[in-house]
Amino acid sequence: MSTTETPASGVGPVEGAPVYTVDSPAPLIEAPRKRTKKTPKSTRGNFELAAWLFMRLSGIVLVVLVIGHLLIQLVLDGGVSKIGFAFVAGRWASPFWQVWDLLMLWLAMLHGANGLRTVINDYAERPNSRLWLKALLYTATVFTILLGTLVIFTFDPNIR
Amino acid sequence: MATPVLDKADAAGRPEPGFADSPYITVTFRVRRFNPEVSAEAVWEDFQLEIDPKERVLDGLHKIKWDLDGTLTFRRSCAHGICGSDAMRINGKNRLACKTLIKDINPEKPITVEPIKGLTVLKDLVVDMEPFFQAYRDVMPFLVTKETNEPTRERLQSAEDRERFDDTTKCILCAACTSSCPVFWNDGQYFGPAAIVNAHRFIFDSRDEAGEQRLEILNDRDGVWRCRTTFNCTDACPRGIEVTKAIQEVKRALITRRY
Repeated sequence: MSTTETPASGVGPVEGAPVYTVDSPAPLIEAPRKRTKKTPKSTRGNFELAAWLFMRLSGIVLVVLVIGHLLIQLVLDGGVSKIGFAFVAGRWASPFWQVWDLLMLWLAMLHGANGLRTVINDYAERPNSRLWLKALLYTATVFTILLGTLVIFTFDPNIR
Repeated sequence: MATPVLDKADAAGRPEPGFADSPYITVTFRVRRFNPEVSAEAVWEDFQLEIDPKERVLDGLHKIKWDLDGTLTFRRSCAHGICGSDAMRINGKNRLACKTLIKDINPEKPITVEPIKGLTVLKDLVVDMEPFFQAYRDVMPFLVTKETNEPTRERLQSAEDRERFDDTTKCILCAACTSSCPVFWNDGQYFGPAAIVNAHRFIFDSRDEAGEQRLEILNDRDGVWRCRTTFNCTDACPRGIEVTKAIQEVKRALITRRY
């Protein structure tokens, strides 16, 4: 260091170089986003972007799926009173309704889980509570998705 | 009567309007005081002042500091809404004390003045701005070009290209937006609206060539995706910058890679 003055923070010495030189009479600016041990690791990749986009797209699809589902189940053709074992068995005999319900299950669960993930990120302050809340969330999500998928594909209308 | 004198009103037989009754009203300033050398607790302290309602909150704070209690500590520099030093929470809303008129914030009730939230309070209304400026520095708020030689002539730009980022050039770094953001309150790792606004200013500048790099920085876990579009920042901005819109434009640029 050829200069003795203490530079203001942000206008610090760049490693090995003096603050002012003949070639750069203005103070050198410290490299941006300088990493220290305390700086959290930056996340490479586009996970947050994908998650954000997924929320928007799945939301749009879910509007159609869920409103259609509610209409069929609760409003049209006699309303809620028609629902019974036979009604469900009849619908799931068709691959179309199987795919509809499967899509609705996966999208709704992932949409909700991702929403809760952001809520936990926003509101849980301690790293430990974040970890445990997220662990609980992911376990519940995986369990529900797998169980639901299993039921849709292995549903037996002749069960006694 | 060659010289203009003040007794013109008397000559007319009635007092000149505005002179007869004092324009001054009594206002209570309820200021959040904190002095770590005295107590670890922050307390509310009331001050009664005689003040013209057309004056600003900053004038009230000056009256307190100069006439009532010299220990009151706050930042201000230009006092005309440009330096961005005196952002504070006035009646629960982030504003510049030098741009807020007393008459506009209901002087009948006590006017509460607090430091901006989400940053460490050092004393009274002064907060540690370092995390805010660190986020600002992190987005590289300076022109970056790939050419290594000094330019020999001015970098020209069309009026349309300049217009593209005009809104975000207005930022005065007062931190009113960032310290009104609920995500920032909870997690100071979030870049915050001000840093994103200043990144926007360069990302959409046709002369700048580090847009990709800045977008990558804001694609981080603590970048633009933590924005919940609550519009607190847009409401708080004393310069009227459409902050949330700028953040959304950065998100769109990240998805389409067009900027």
